This record gives sequence, structure tokens and C-alpha cells, in this order.
Amino acid sequence: MRLEYFQLIDRIVDLRLADRKIDTEATVPTTSTVFEGHFPGFPLMPGVLLIETMAQTSGWLVVAVNRFERMAFLAAVKDAKFRMFVRPGQKLSVKAALIHEGSGYAITQANIALDGKSICDATLTLRVLDFPNGEMKLRMREAAARVGFPAEVPADG
Amino acid sequence: MSSTFDTIANIIAETCDIPRDSITPESHAINDLGIDSLDFLDIAFAIDKAFGIKLPLEQWTQEVNDGKATTDQYFVLKNLSARIDELVAAKGA
Repeated sequence: MRLEYFQLIDRIVDLRLADRKIDTEATVPTTSTVFEGHFPGFPLMPGVLLIETMAQTSGWLVVAVNRFERMAFLAAVKDAKFRMFVRPGQKLSVKAALIHEGSGYAITQANIALDGKSICDATLTLRVLDFPNGEMKLRMREAAARVGFPAEVPADG
Repeated sequence: MSSTFDTIANIIAETCDIPRDSITPESHAINDLGIDSLDFLDIAFAIDKAFGIKLPLEQWTQEVNDGKATTDQYFVLKNLSARIDELVAAKGA
């Protein structure tokens, strides 16, 4: 994770298009300016960034389902729960499942686990739109390569 | 009125916290009920699930933007009900 750059996913561990599921991993950095404010003397991974971590995981899944032709933008967060503190240096396992593919939107169920224990979950709505411009698509391709997004999105089934 | 209307009226009432009595077949989801596009995604999700269909929201939006259709055709609830019935019938065909 590079919190200041909103790079919250380190690696795509598994992408199962036929099942509409994805697993990613993300290790909370040991140092970050974010921890200077959240909180002084007791650094914690902010809940909003845990939501973003689930949103980015969901986003890669939706982008993959759409063959990198469309982009996912977070639109709504429901039933978000944070069950325990997340501290610097902890390695998070993130999962997302696409539970509905609508016209121009997608609904995912996402969760984060620490040492096999679920610590955070939410239902996310993402708008699914054409990439606003070529530069964004190019930059997202670069980000995809960084997290190990398959160069060729596997076929369904 | 058809059960399709009753189903979507109940969905709208529950999803958007709008009194069920104020929702009629003549109601325009946007202009009369004040439902915005984000709230309509929740409604679309519930409708998709309830009827086993996929409301073609992007196609409808494009038609409205291109001047080929009016919002009344898709968002007045009696018309929305008719569109849903068509989609359900097409699915079963």
C-alpha cells in the first residue's frame, strides 16, 4: 500500500471471472504521514481507506468483467462494518464478489480479513462507465500491471 | 392496476422512504417523486432481482439524451411497469 497515492492494492492474488470473484492482498505500511493524524501516538489504518481498499478490489473485478473496456467508479457504500483495529505493518486479505451486473452499475460484496479473521465488510455500488479519456485508460493499464492484473483477461468458464 | 406496478411501488416506497400512498401509476419517478439517479440504481437493483431482468438503463438514458424518447416513457410508473412486463415476456420467449 502507498496510502498517499491511493495505491491500496499490492497484488491481485486470484481472479475468477466465471465465479465473478477476486482476491487481493494489501500490506499496511509501517510508516505514513496518514498515521501522523490517525492517530497521534496510536496509528490506525483509517476505516475510509479500508473501504477504498474494498472498492479498488471490487473495481479490478468489474474492470476485468468488462474486458478493460469500462471503468468502475464508487457510487455507494452500504452496511460497512469495522470489527477491529488495523495497525501498521499488518497484511490484509481482500475479497470481492460481484453479486449483480446491472446496466451501467455493479453491486459487489467485499470483505477484508486479517489472519483468516474477517475484520471489515461492506456492500458497494459502482457505476460502470466508459473510460473518460485515453490517458486514464493508459494509466489504469499501468496500475493494472503493477498489481498483477492478467495481461489477457481470462475467458469466462 | 397490475401487480408489476404494485411491486415497483413497494420497492420505491421501501428504498426511498416515500409514503406508499403517494406513489401512483401516473407518478414520474424523477419529477414527481424526486428520485435521483443514484437512488434509482437501488431501485433498478431491486427491480432486476424481483423480476429476474436487467433494466436497460444505459440504453434508455441514451435514447433520452438523443431526443429519441422522453423520460415519461420510462419513468412514469405505469410506463415503467409496461417496460418491465415487456422485458419479462422477452425473457420467457
